[in-house]
Amino acid sequence: MNFQLPDLIPMRPELMMTALALIVILVDLFVKKKEVMAVISMAGVALVGLSLLGPRGETFGTMFISDGYSTFFKLIFFINVILTILISIKYISVERVNYGEYYGLILFSTIGMMIMASAGDLIVLYLGLELMALSTYILAGFIRQDVKSNEAAMKYFLLGAFSSGFLLYGISLVYGLTGTTDLKAIASFIGERGLSDNLSLLLSVIFLTVAFGFKIAAAPFHMWAPDVYEGAPTSITAFMSVGPKAAGFAVLGRVFLVAFASVKVDWVAILIPLSILTMAVGNIVALSQTNIKRMLAYSSIAHAGYALLGIIVANNEGLASMMNYLMIYAFMNIGAFAVIVMLRSEGFRGDSIYDYEGLAKTHPLAAALMLIFMFSLTGIPPTAGFIGKLYIFMAAINAGYTWLVIVAVLFSAISAYFYLRIVMYMYMRDPKTTVTLTTSFSSGVVLAVTTAAVLIIGVFPTALVEFAKAAVKGF
Amino acid sequence: MEHQVIMNQLNYPILSTLIFLPVLGALLILILRRSWELLTKSIALATSIATFLLSIPLFTEFDKTTHKMQYAELHSWIPNWNINYFIGVDGISILLVLLSTLTAILCVLISWESITKKVKEFYIAILLTTSFMIGVFCSLDFFLFYLFWEAMLIPMFLIIGVWGGPNRIYAAIKFFLYTLVGSVLMLVGIIVLYFYAGKTFNILDLMTGSYPYTMQMWLFWAFFAAFAVKVPMWPVHTWLPDAHTEAPTAGSVILAAILIKMGAYGFLRFSLPLFPEAAKAMTPVMLTLSVIAIIYGAVICLAQTDLKRLIAYSSVSHMGFVTLGIFALNTQGMEGGILQMINHGIVTGALFLSVGIVYDRTHTRKIADYGGLATVMPIYAAFFMVFTLAAVGLPATNGFIGEFLILLGGFTKSKLAGVLASTGIIIGAGYMLWLYQRIFFMEVNPKVAGLPDMDIREAITLIPLIILVLWIGVYPNAFLSFMHVTVAHLLERVSSAGMQEAAAAKAIMEVIR
Repeated sequence: MNFQLPDLIPMRPELMMTALALIVILVDLFVKKKEVMAVISMAGVALVGLSLLGPRGETFGTMFISDGYSTFFKLIFFINVILTILISIKYISVERVNYGEYYGLILFSTIGMMIMASAGDLIVLYLGLELMALSTYILAGFIRQDVKSNEAAMKYFLLGAFSSGFLLYGISLVYGLTGTTDLKAIASFIGERGLSDNLSLLLSVIFLTVAFGFKIAAAPFHMWAPDVYEGAPTSITAFMSVGPKAAGFAVLGRVFLVAFASVKVDWVAILIPLSILTMAVGNIVALSQTNIKRMLAYSSIAHAGYALLGIIVANNEGLASMMNYLMIYAFMNIGAFAVIVMLRSEGFRGDSIYDYEGLAKTHPLAAALMLIFMFSLTGIPPTAGFIGKLYIFMAAINAGYTWLVIVAVLFSAISAYFYLRIVMYMYMRDPKTTVTLTTSFSSGVVLAVTTAAVLIIGVFPTALVEFAKAAVKGF
Repeated sequence: MEHQVIMNQLNYPILSTLIFLPVLGALLILILRRSWELLTKSIALATSIATFLLSIPLFTEFDKTTHKMQYAELHSWIPNWNINYFIGVDGISILLVLLSTLTAILCVLISWESITKKVKEFYIAILLTTSFMIGVFCSLDFFLFYLFWEAMLIPMFLIIGVWGGPNRIYAAIKFFLYTLVGSVLMLVGIIVLYFYAGKTFNILDLMTGSYPYTMQMWLFWAFFAAFAVKVPMWPVHTWLPDAHTEAPTAGSVILAAILIKMGAYGFLRFSLPLFPEAAKAMTPVMLTLSVIAIIYGAVICLAQTDLKRLIAYSSVSHMGFVTLGIFALNTQGMEGGILQMINHGIVTGALFLSVGIVYDRTHTRKIADYGGLATVMPIYAAFFMVFTLAAVGLPATNGFIGEFLILLGGFTKSKLAGVLASTGIIIGAGYMLWLYQRIFFMEVNPKVAGLPDMDIREAITLIPLIILVLWIGVYPNAFLSFMHVTVAHLLERVSSAGMQEAAAAKAIMEVIR
């Protein structure tokens, strides 16, 4: 029997990233100054980012697919990881958890996401998902002296393990039915045997929806999100709200549109109520939050609801609009978190929305930037948030889901209230406590980049939209 | 499309200049040091004056013999969605653009001394609002229009919420949410239209299309949601009294003079030409809502104890006249409606400016705190008299011309609506004159005794408006002449809609026979 090494070229970003993560862990043993790890990680990720430009293709049979779709998501992950590291450098020393493992775990989690985005096989998908999830569980509980952080990790782990169970059960049902875990093979098997009415296939679709719904924090599988977002280190909350969510959407899109294309009617019928419920729960419960991280957790749930519309549309335009949305969401959400992170200082948590009272008076620049992010999250032009929503709504209306878009815009009007409340506290109340901002060069860079992205994409979205469109070509 | 526009012939892109000069001024203020307040104010004033001066060619060079869009500029913007940077003005929008550029100066002047906190942010907000307002009136691309329409909420929200009165936060949030809910429904309508018409946001192209009746109906109401809130029509007017009352003087003036005109402008620019059959079918509803607004607003005014709140409710009544005129769907009514938009902007803007002048001295808006001001501030009393009479609609003031034309149109359309609307004028005279009496006559209230009269800066803010009041009142044709051709064209579009289909159906029937 001949053993032939599979073509490793298409998966060089993952290999390079793994090497990078290992290097970071090794260097950590010898270097005292943990900031070095941050620099190595970021430089490495930038280098890996360049490798995205090279040849694409399938390898390990069709288990691993490197295409425009996965590349777009990998770009989101890289932006996410670099921005997260930048806001972390100062923050984790304030939290007294300045350990080198932090960076290693972030990188491993990102490798998991990358594998998810490229998975052409359910087993590979599971592999990536667990790698991502396990690393994130640890990161959520990284402030081990903090009870809330412990609780977050515990909760995330238990519920995450539960959702993995659903995923595995769904995969095993599919395997039992079709004898394969390869996405394309599943699709053709269902088509050939006319299995689209099969009850256990429907059951496996439901199980997979539950598992992916958990990762993207779609209601009613969102219960973990508020507690985990609140308890986790703020930088990790930013990381989680973008990365794992985008990865969840990546697999949701690929599995449902490739493997389950012939049972589209069924899963669309499941996802529509799911997206409405997600928008409703996210936007309505966010109204009553007084902790900004919790509020943004519900906001993040709501945004998953909007992005789900892109999947429901179930065509290339829908996918492109969903990807465009996630990219924009990455910038505006991490931008908002960068401000939140700055409010944390020695002996001051700074995560209550009342801590923002009068911020415009004491720190006008930070307040102005927060204002931009809040309006972008609401979806008010000329910010990127508006473009993201517009594209999704356009795709949905083009596919005939006008009524669903009406529901979505009304919920997004409701969302204005809780985002505005932050603006209101910053600009229209007088400061009660003196807030000192923990500023640093790196968080300044994050704010500059995210603000520029939010405003430039808001006025000139052409390049990003073209990129997203090109990424789904031939999907 | 070429046959509907006249590209800009001036040696500078006039409309773009008007839109972006204030943004430039705002950016300049942004980089100034916080302590340089005088320079900040001076830049704001200079920017607004420059914007106004640069807008004058619109008035002098405008070609009144065509309904085409003039001073048009067209640039590709977001090609993958077929979005263009496309702007231009016609007989409907030109006066509103001019009113916007004038209002900006007055807003800066009136805030000169009354705004003392966050000065830098205030003038940035005022300049951005100016830019977005002008943008709304010039946009000929729906995406661009929506961008300005929504973006305007941000500075306006801050103006009300940061520099407003005691209940400002409630008012600001109410304002924002009301208008946002209406706007997002319009957004859905815009996207539906985009796909139906073959992926175009170009307003002129969309206007040449014809849409199925049911679709027109749905879209008419989607757009109604946005415009009716802005006008504001009864029963979605409740944000207005709060916003007007709590906003700082400049904010009230912008709201009264420009922002609520955007709703009426929307009906004229979009609802009528895009959905003519639905508009015709809905005329009874619109007339009813207008008449209710006229009478309801006027009656509520009689019960007000707060100066600004009274003027705010009078806006509801006056804007009822505007929508009545527009939906009378005849020449007099529509021209009256457009002129009354300008008139209301001038007069109510002036009234809010005037209230601001005494509010800066007394810091009270309660009518009961005033009395006998005519002896204390005689010059001020004379100014206020002119605006009161204009608001009442005395002949030789602009209010008379507008209301007269609207009533003419209203009577032609429906006698009942005309009669009922006339009672609004009578009650209007009642509450305005009564207000004047309570504030300026009777014994001098000790709270206002010894107040200094208006200074030159304050007089300068009001004099242009007095000139306009009398100019339009005596020689309205100077302004009506801008709109004749455009209004005629619009009415033709509305009245001929549905005819072609009917004629086609008739022809087919004859062939079958």
